[in-house]
Amino acid sequence: MSFLREALLVAGKDLRIERRSRVALAQILPFGGIVVVMFAFALDADRTSLPAAAPGLFWTAVFLAAVLAIGRSFAVEEANRARDGLRLSGLDGGAIFVGKALAIAVELFLLEVVLGAAVIALYGVTVSGALVLVCAALAATVGLAATGTVYGVLATGLRARDTLVPLLVLPAVTPVLLGGSRAFAAALEGSSSDAWPWVQLLVAFSVLSLAAGTMAFGPLLEES
Amino acid sequence: MLGRFPALAGADLDVQEGEIVLLSGANGAGKTTLLRLCAGLLPLRSGAAEVFGSDLAVDRRSIRRSLALVGHETFCYDDLSVHDNIRFATRAVGRAAADADAALERLALGRVARVAHGRLSQGQRRRVALAIALARDPRLLLLDEPHAGLDEQGRSVVDDVVRAAPAEGRTVLLASHELDIARQIATREVRIAAGRVHEMPPTADPQPARAEVHA
Repeated sequence: MSFLREALLVAGKDLRIERRSRVALAQILPFGGIVVVMFAFALDADRTSLPAAAPGLFWTAVFLAAVLAIGRSFAVEEANRARDGLRLSGLDGGAIFVGKALAIAVELFLLEVVLGAAVIALYGVTVSGALVLVCAALAATVGLAATGTVYGVLATGLRARDTLVPLLVLPAVTPVLLGGSRAFAAALEGSSSDAWPWVQLLVAFSVLSLAAGTMAFGPLLEES
Repeated sequence: MLGRFPALAGADLDVQEGEIVLLSGANGAGKTTLLRLCAGLLPLRSGAAEVFGSDLAVDRRSIRRSLALVGHETFCYDDLSVHDNIRFATRAVGRAAADADAALERLALGRVARVAHGRLSQGQRRRVALAIALARDPRLLLLDEPHAGLDEQGRSVVDDVVRAAPAEGRTVLLASHELDIARQIATREVRIAAGRVHEMPPTADPQPARAEVHA
């Protein structure tokens, strides 16, 4: 089986688990929504600052939800020692990484669509530069998912996993949060030309994260 | 390693293709460790392990595609149905959907094929684990306490699967505490004690004992 088919097999498995368990729908999505609403309440006194702060608040909410999605992706591998089954499956370690990252990215992108709608409705944001917004969101999502997947497997099997993953992931994805916020801010201000360099940074980060993860995930899974 | 002590030290075991080898020994003797070493789930601190002539440290991935381990845990996803769990395992090694269906049929799991793994009884889970192993059509079958938690019918199904293994081109390594049952289906027994493997004398004609169990 080819690398891509193996990756799609793993992604399909993870997405099917989420569809059946509805954890993403019933817990992660509401959590992200609550974060967006809480930010709106916190800055409600100064309505004029909400649109300006919207990009940063949006990506902070996405990051917090991503931590839950990453934790969930590896928690399902803990029950019944499914992680050992994954190791014994004969699948390529790099393909397992791409598959798990792809599943997280799909969940996050759907989450971003809903949170984006909430931000537009609650923060009074006027959308402009749709193309650059979508490109930035896609690149940032891939970077977030790929980096999170690497740190997710790194913390697998540790008792402190739940608290360790956010601590490890936050510094590592700072370029994503920074690039995503700046690209969104520039696009929403109607200056797409200022946004594209940030999109390029996000793409470069995502490619590097995918490459590093593809190489490192297999050995990390074996050592976890 | 068990803490600071090696679980196996100086252990030497050579298994021929088509054998059904029973691993006996006290709790903590190293039976499960040996099986997990054979599957490449534990690293060797020293020595070497070869499966079908390939070095486990070098060809781990290809070796894993030709073996299956049925351990204390099922390696299954609770939120996926029995069928989905088996299909995931079989697709990983390029087997067809028919192999998954055949394994479900053989282990009498057709009735629960669409039920989530997490809703199954302990005995049903053990059967699912064996079904997954068979659906992958492994040349080497590693069984760790395969009779544990099974009713009489389940034990009989396991025995039939193990007995049929040589004819199906499989080699079996079987760790068990239920020696009366396991000796009836094994072609050879080795005992693990003090980290080493000791050859046991051949068991007597297993047929009378088998008849006794099924009586």
